[in-house]
Amino acid sequence: MPEIIFEFLKLFFTFFRIGLFTFGGGYAMLPLIQDAVLEYGWLSEEAIVNFIAVSESTPGPFAINIATYVGMERGRDLLSLPGGFLGAAVATLGVVLPSFIVILIVAKVYKKFQESKIVMGCMTGLRPTVIGLIAAAVLNIGSTVFFPEGFSLSIASWDFYTMAVSLVIAVIGLILIFKKKIHPIILIVVSATLGIGAGFLGELIK
Amino acid sequence: MKEKLKNALILFVTFLKIGAFTFGGGYAMIPIIEKEICDKHKWLKGEEILDIFAIAESTPGPIAINSATFVGYKVAGFLGAFCATFGVVLPSFVIISLISLVLKEFSEYKVVKYAFMGIRAGVLALVIKALVSMYKKCPKGVFGYILMGVAFVISAFTNVNIIFVIIGCALVGLIYSVIMRKRGKEVCRK
Repeated sequence: MPEIIFEFLKLFFTFFRIGLFTFGGGYAMLPLIQDAVLEYGWLSEEAIVNFIAVSESTPGPFAINIATYVGMERGRDLLSLPGGFLGAAVATLGVVLPSFIVILIVAKVYKKFQESKIVMGCMTGLRPTVIGLIAAAVLNIGSTVFFPEGFSLSIASWDFYTMAVSLVIAVIGLILIFKKKIHPIILIVVSATLGIGAGFLGELIK
Repeated sequence: MKEKLKNALILFVTFLKIGAFTFGGGYAMIPIIEKEICDKHKWLKGEEILDIFAIAESTPGPIAINSATFVGYKVAGFLGAFCATFGVVLPSFVIISLISLVLKEFSEYKVVKYAFMGIRAGVLALVIKALVSMYKKCPKGVFGYILMGVAFVISAFTNVNIIFVIIGCALVGLIYSVIMRKRGKEVCRK
């Protein structure tokens, strides 16, 4: 029992740490999530990428969605269904709490905060850093897409069919989203359809 | 007191709606928060809400939570902050909890596996797009490019904890801005 309590505490503090060190919106949290979740083996790399699509197609901020999801999965591993809800609650509370506390403090002195040279100085460093970190997260996702079994130098282990299909879908996706500016949900539907088609076609060929 | 309680309740419902109906997270919420808080309820002025969004971007944590907490606090103090934050989190929490219950079993189906193979490639396009948008918004300069490169290389190719990278780069930014300011002053004197 004490070990299980420890595991839930670990979940809470991991997401507390993630919330505390995420700067900027959107996917700024992704590198920290990948780091922590993979380190503890809570989810596979593939599950994280799959979940990005789920989060894009459901309402709410990515940060809350992913915290709830990881908490639910981890909690269910520990204590089945009730554990799932406990884990989801613990992880979500963890990711929200740093924001809540920091904002309550800053709200009292926010004029000073905005003009603070220290804050501005730190932000000069943080803005480009976050971009570098997200770029690394994107590289990670790319490697998950093209090498689902993990990157290896031996070409014999490469699944060329999946790689080719993924490349085509990714390129179509880039064109749709950059040139046609379609909504992410439509992109997900299109790539799911192409994936299903390619999957069954692959069965015929193989 | 009664007024505060009533406002806190309206805040909860307002942010519940915002949480339930915005796709795409923090940035997608900004125009809706503006509409609800400034135009509909007239709780805050336009410039106040802009300040709030600016601060939400430069404090740790997701923008959606930061702005909900901040708006709630400005309107109805601690209780308001709590209600707004709870409201914005609740829909995600419920929806994702329910989805997680079926996602794993669902993923065992062959059709779903194939769909997710395609979806992962689509997600790659999505995150590249997000990266490019963020890059476009970021102020450019040699200093920025160096930090971007350093953060990328450390994060992609070493096992160094990202938190150290974040703290380190914030400190480097701070030192850099102090040096630039000093230089600026010297230039002015000349």
